[in-house]
Amino acid sequence: MADLRVNIAGVTLKNPVITASGCFGFGREYEDLYPLSKLGGVSLKGMTYQKRLGNPPPRIAETPSGMLNSVGLQNPGVESFIENDLPYLKTQDTVLIANAAGSTVEDYCRLVERLSETEIDMIELNISCPNVKEGGVAFGVSCEGAAGMVKAVRKYCKKPLMVKLSPNVTDIVSIAKAVESEGADAVSLINTLLGMRIDIHSRRPVLKNNVGGMSGPAVFPIAVRMVWQVANALSIPVVGMGGIDKWEDAVEMMMAGAAAVQVGAAMFWDPWAPVKIVEGLEHYLEEEKIEKVSDIVGTVRPWA
Amino acid sequence: MQYQQGSFPIVGRQEIADGIYDFKIQCPEMAEQAKAGQFVHIRCPGVTLRRPISICQIDRAAGTLRLVFEVKGEGTRNLAQLRVGDEMDVMGPLGNGFDLRKTAGKAVFVGGGIGVPPMVEAAAAYGAKAAAVLGFRDKSRVILEEDMKALGCDVTVCTDDGSYGRKGLVTDAVKELLMEGDVNAIYACGPMVMLEALATLAKEYGVRCQVSLEERMGCGVGACLVCACKTKTKDGEENYSHVCKNGPVFDAQEVVFHG
Repeated sequence: MADLRVNIAGVTLKNPVITASGCFGFGREYEDLYPLSKLGGVSLKGMTYQKRLGNPPPRIAETPSGMLNSVGLQNPGVESFIENDLPYLKTQDTVLIANAAGSTVEDYCRLVERLSETEIDMIELNISCPNVKEGGVAFGVSCEGAAGMVKAVRKYCKKPLMVKLSPNVTDIVSIAKAVESEGADAVSLINTLLGMRIDIHSRRPVLKNNVGGMSGPAVFPIAVRMVWQVANALSIPVVGMGGIDKWEDAVEMMMAGAAAVQVGAAMFWDPWAPVKIVEGLEHYLEEEKIEKVSDIVGTVRPWA
Repeated sequence: MQYQQGSFPIVGRQEIADGIYDFKIQCPEMAEQAKAGQFVHIRCPGVTLRRPISICQIDRAAGTLRLVFEVKGEGTRNLAQLRVGDEMDVMGPLGNGFDLRKTAGKAVFVGGGIGVPPMVEAAAAYGAKAAAVLGFRDKSRVILEEDMKALGCDVTVCTDDGSYGRKGLVTDAVKELLMEGDVNAIYACGPMVMLEALATLAKEYGVRCQVSLEERMGCGVGACLVCACKTKTKDGEENYSHVCKNGPVFDAQEVVFHG
């Protein structure tokens, strides 16, 4: 049997497939179909220190091979998560990644401090949510903003810290380097790309927020390119995501340099997608007689 | 919540009005679990996102679900192209359904347009103690009237232009029923303006009212939080609930109609 285990910043995942934040709630919604223990990890719904209502609906628009969302970080706040959701998650035998967001540096710091006291395994710092008016992506689109945030949060963070990067930037490599130099243990990318759709009959944007984050297979090539560029420039692990829909995509993303992958929007059309990807990876490794899944990471042979 | 996902054969297909299709799918376990007011989430050929479609009737003996939907865009258009014998990728049953506790008096089932289908299974529990008020744009859009009559319901059809049944809004017909008395509950699905008017009437007459809402949906199971609708608690605190998981059926007095 091939070894599917991967190590991200000192945390061992039983396989490299993680459900992406915002697409898997706090983990309970898919338990009717399969146990969470089939997954390498779950990146939980983006949370903030205090409860957030999120944006008015409609919050979703369909696009060719993809979708836009403008949820706006609706969540019950960290204390509610710790009280109501964490006890269940702790029993599920999968790696728990808390996705942390906020409006100000202080917000992020106190949230990360609080999460560090819990039994979650890793923190994914969300400086790339495009759907909130304050904070969110604002910290993730400049080297100074991203570095400043990581530096501030690092002092309070007692867990492995993964920083989730925005693709809505001119040079993602420089931002990735900036967060690495301030002590990020890993980076994950890409968050959604800012997009828009208009209803031609009403002449109104489909999303009440006017714009939203695009995900789904349409963004996959952009994600592969960015993961490849970032992985080549950094020495910390890169977790790749953006449009992964099937096991072949996961292999491609890992060859580009991702140590693990996250699966998001695909769950909306096929809720079994992450489990099928794990099975497909296992089959692929056996067919190819590859001993460990980590052996394929970064193995793309670029043309000179 | 207990749901499943799989491919199920289509065993019945009919166009019952222009662009409105009536499908039956063979899915015994789903039919066994399903309740009136719940929905299924269907993967439509050629588009990315699933489409939520309310359950019109449940036949547990035959192991089938009846789904009546309107062609509104590419997804439903492609769905309508499927034929008997083809398979449909379905998740369900999803959502919370109607609370159909029996009361002494009558219950009124109100459907507007493509909001009528879920009323059929809901009214079945009440049979002759159900009054149905169904509203349509015009005669060509009238659906499921005979199905409601077959359940023993007292059916009133309203059309906007008076081309069939009575002319005018369903709310006028519902108000008359409320004035007659003996109505203990209202169940409704249809346009938001209709639901809001019914919520107001229900409050005025002190009658329990449940409404089934619609919103653009993603996962269908409460994980992605896109299908938000504003609701309020008894203390007036507002929050975004989600149509797929907290609904699609809500107590009308909890819904903030201009959220």
